Amino acid sequence: MSNTSTKNEHFQDHLMEHHHKENFFTKYIFTMDHKMIGKQFLITGMFMGIVGVMMSMLFRLELAYPEQSFPILEFFLGKWAPDGVMDPNMYLALVTIHGTIMVFFVLTAGLSGTFSNLLIPLQIGARDMASGFLNALSYWFFFLSSVVMIASLFVESGPASGGWTVYPPLSALPQAMPGSGAGMTLWLISMTLFIVGSLLGSLNYIVTVVNMRTKGMSMTRLPLTIWAFFVTAILGVLSFPVLLSAALLLMLDRLLGTSFYLSDIFIGGEVLSYSGGSPVLYQHLFWFLGHPEVYIILLPALGISSEVIATNSRKPIFGYRAMVGSILAIAFLSFIVWGHHMFVTGMNPFLGSVFTFTTLLIAIPSAVKAFNYITTLWKGNIQYTPAMLFSIGLVSTFVTGGLTGVILGDSALDINVHDTYFVVAHFHIVMGLSAIFGMFAGVYHWFPKMYGRMMNKSMGYAHFWLTFITAYGVFFPMHFLGMAGLPRRYYSNTAFPMFDNLADINVLITYFAIIGGIAQLIFIFNFFYSIWRGPKASQNPWRANSLEWTTPVEHLHGNWPGDIPVVHRWAYDYSKPGYDEDFVPQNVPLAEGEESGH
Amino acid sequence: MNTVSIIVLIVLAILTIVQVMRISEISSSIQGGKDNQVSEKDNDTQGKLLLLVGMGFVISVLVMYWAWGYHSLPAPSSEHGAEIDSLWNLSMLIINVVFFIVQPILFYFGYKYRGKKGTKAVYYEHNNKLELFWTMVPALALAVLIIWGLNVWSGLMMPENEEEPIVIELYAQQFNWTARYSGGDNQLGYATVHEIGGANIVGVDMEDIYSSDDIVTKSLHLPVGKPIKFEFRAQDVIHSAYFPHFRAQMNCVPGSKTYFQFTPTVTTAEIRQNKDVKNHVEEVNGIRAAKGEDLWEFDYVLLCNKICGAAHYNMQMEIIVETEEEYNAWLKEQKTVAETL
Repeated sequence: MSNTSTKNEHFQDHLMEHHHKENFFTKYIFTMDHKMIGKQFLITGMFMGIVGVMMSMLFRLELAYPEQSFPILEFFLGKWAPDGVMDPNMYLALVTIHGTIMVFFVLTAGLSGTFSNLLIPLQIGARDMASGFLNALSYWFFFLSSVVMIASLFVESGPASGGWTVYPPLSALPQAMPGSGAGMTLWLISMTLFIVGSLLGSLNYIVTVVNMRTKGMSMTRLPLTIWAFFVTAILGVLSFPVLLSAALLLMLDRLLGTSFYLSDIFIGGEVLSYSGGSPVLYQHLFWFLGHPEVYIILLPALGISSEVIATNSRKPIFGYRAMVGSILAIAFLSFIVWGHHMFVTGMNPFLGSVFTFTTLLIAIPSAVKAFNYITTLWKGNIQYTPAMLFSIGLVSTFVTGGLTGVILGDSALDINVHDTYFVVAHFHIVMGLSAIFGMFAGVYHWFPKMYGRMMNKSMGYAHFWLTFITAYGVFFPMHFLGMAGLPRRYYSNTAFPMFDNLADINVLITYFAIIGGIAQLIFIFNFFYSIWRGPKASQNPWRANSLEWTTPVEHLHGNWPGDIPVVHRWAYDYSKPGYDEDFVPQNVPLAEGEESGH
Repeated sequence: MNTVSIIVLIVLAILTIVQVMRISEISSSIQGGKDNQVSEKDNDTQGKLLLLVGMGFVISVLVMYWAWGYHSLPAPSSEHGAEIDSLWNLSMLIINVVFFIVQPILFYFGYKYRGKKGTKAVYYEHNNKLELFWTMVPALALAVLIIWGLNVWSGLMMPENEEEPIVIELYAQQFNWTARYSGGDNQLGYATVHEIGGANIVGVDMEDIYSSDDIVTKSLHLPVGKPIKFEFRAQDVIHSAYFPHFRAQMNCVPGSKTYFQFTPTVTTAEIRQNKDVKNHVEEVNGIRAAKGEDLWEFDYVLLCNKICGAAHYNMQMEIIVETEEEYNAWLKEQKTVAETL
């Protein structure tokens, strides 16, 4: 530790020399400050989120009123909606890009990128990330991949449209659908850039958490946010390279005529020369990332909500060690369950049994987490900030969506509803809503730390209630569509009279989707208004314990003006007996005779 | 011009809201309210709202079960389907019990422990017994589901046959299905994409001794009460054969064969008399008549359930389950590939 403190002194001298030299470009664009990089991730993620949500509103309109004409569709889609009627290829493109953007650009980069960058150094008591340069590089790779993904929307043959999982041969053969042409090539390039950026970020997070914790910040004193970001980064480092290999092999098949995934194909009136490959290989590689990816999305949200719920219940998080243990258990299990996405691919039935077993085990640590959240509320003194409401919303969606996982994880039941709207309901609620609620909770909670100002709470409340009600209104009814046997990714249900009586439900869902989408404008307005016009924040507005609230409101490169704080206790000494205040920050020394317990 | 005026309107609206917000914030700070800090009144209102909306959600789930529950697929028309449905019902019972206990508790706690001035939360770090309890209870419930589930699964995937199943190939291409019956020898002839051409849509190799009696059809007739072993192939992209009424689904993968076996137990004529199916048909025909569309008669249907291109949403084949006599009579009328090629 003595070594660290001399380094810190050196760092401070370094800061003093350079502080006045910042100009617009070094401060906002090519910054290496973790707080600014976090904000860059957030704003880019929000922009991508707007694109992704708008796409969903367009295809919801089509699903409610199939094959009907809407001028707004022609306005946005141009030649892909002749006379205002959406082309089936464009429908598939919209669901594909919606999925890609929401899963990767919003809920991976936008969520983990924002809050890992902002909070890891601040909460562990470090002056910055281990490598500021890698950190900046990570953002710029993400930015570039976003640009390429957006650009792919404008190519002549349309964007990628094989579903967000882009299974070959559909995604490999331009003859199979127009979206598998140049749009698909750009999709693969964009994802490659994305993965490189994500790996640079994750390595940085891991190194920073392992090496740069301040004095006294043992692993068992880390806030749960940091545990979640740390484990998420490990998941990313171990699984994203596999997706990278899957994407590269797919590029080779597409561009150089190799046969990794292709074999015995007759299309467009001719036999193609591919032989010996297997499309199922791609699925294994994809889902080896794809399933951990679910937890790469979810764990940061769970970490954020743990912090927000403890702070606003004014209580320690219940069962800290069990919470850490369940994060680790979920992370471990997430690597051995990918086959549950593939029960109907014809893989060996014995493998199906193994994956059913491991998949259902995940319910145990998940249940522990849910019960621990609820017990944290018990006998609390709950402060209803918008962040707290979103965190409670997260617990609700995590329970609702998690429960249907018990059905889908069971191979014998999965074949019943595989690839139907039941699945769409399940993953949107458990992963989509939980993660986006966690992200909103994080933004409301740490906005004062990011911008030194407060967001408007009344708009926050309105945003929460509209979002919570419309989100359930969109996704809960989908269970019933799935149980009626309605497949997902259908441009229209009119080809099957057996689904005619589901049309009303589809209209209802679309109403909720459009109201819910428009309600997000409240958030966006509140966010940008508050950056410039919000009331000034105090140093510790939520009266929280973790170290980020010991830094000054005005941002400072290096975070703390003097020495970095020393930690004496865990982050959850809320309402501890023997203290007048209902919170005891981590840097407050233990009173005489007080036991830290951690 | 229209677009410009809309943009101007939006900008003006945003400016108005900004000014209104400024005024309300200034006036609240003049009145001495601490800006955007949560007040006791907020805690009270939001806590009550949480209970109200939360319970509203729980009740609306009940309403949805009541209003839409009957949309679920009718009772299964296959032997293994009954077993799947029993397991489904138990799993649904368990998750519904958990749902209707945990969600109300969550919202009730949110209401009950809403912040009040002068109260202090209880410092309650952990309780190993409690945590062990709620680790063990889900573990036990899941053990039951896992064991039963694996049993059903191995029964599905590795059926024990008392009689030899009838072999039928289902062949998928963008965007239609073709069936190939194996004929008198109950063996499908070798087929490959290299033989596709002209009338030979599934690429049967006529040199193969098992080929000549194969029968290629565009609708799928199945005899009731007989085990059927389906072999699936695809010629272009991945498709998925989804038989919702038989609780069966299997992908069709270019370059390899996949299999699924089931025994249909209810004929098309019988299921049309099923009460749930009759209600379903009546409801659908009410809607279709109002729109001036053709009335619908219930048929089993095979759907494509893996995204396969533009017309994925309309890739289907009629399935007719009939008595063995009817089935044999129908089969006799069909031409073998030796006759058609």
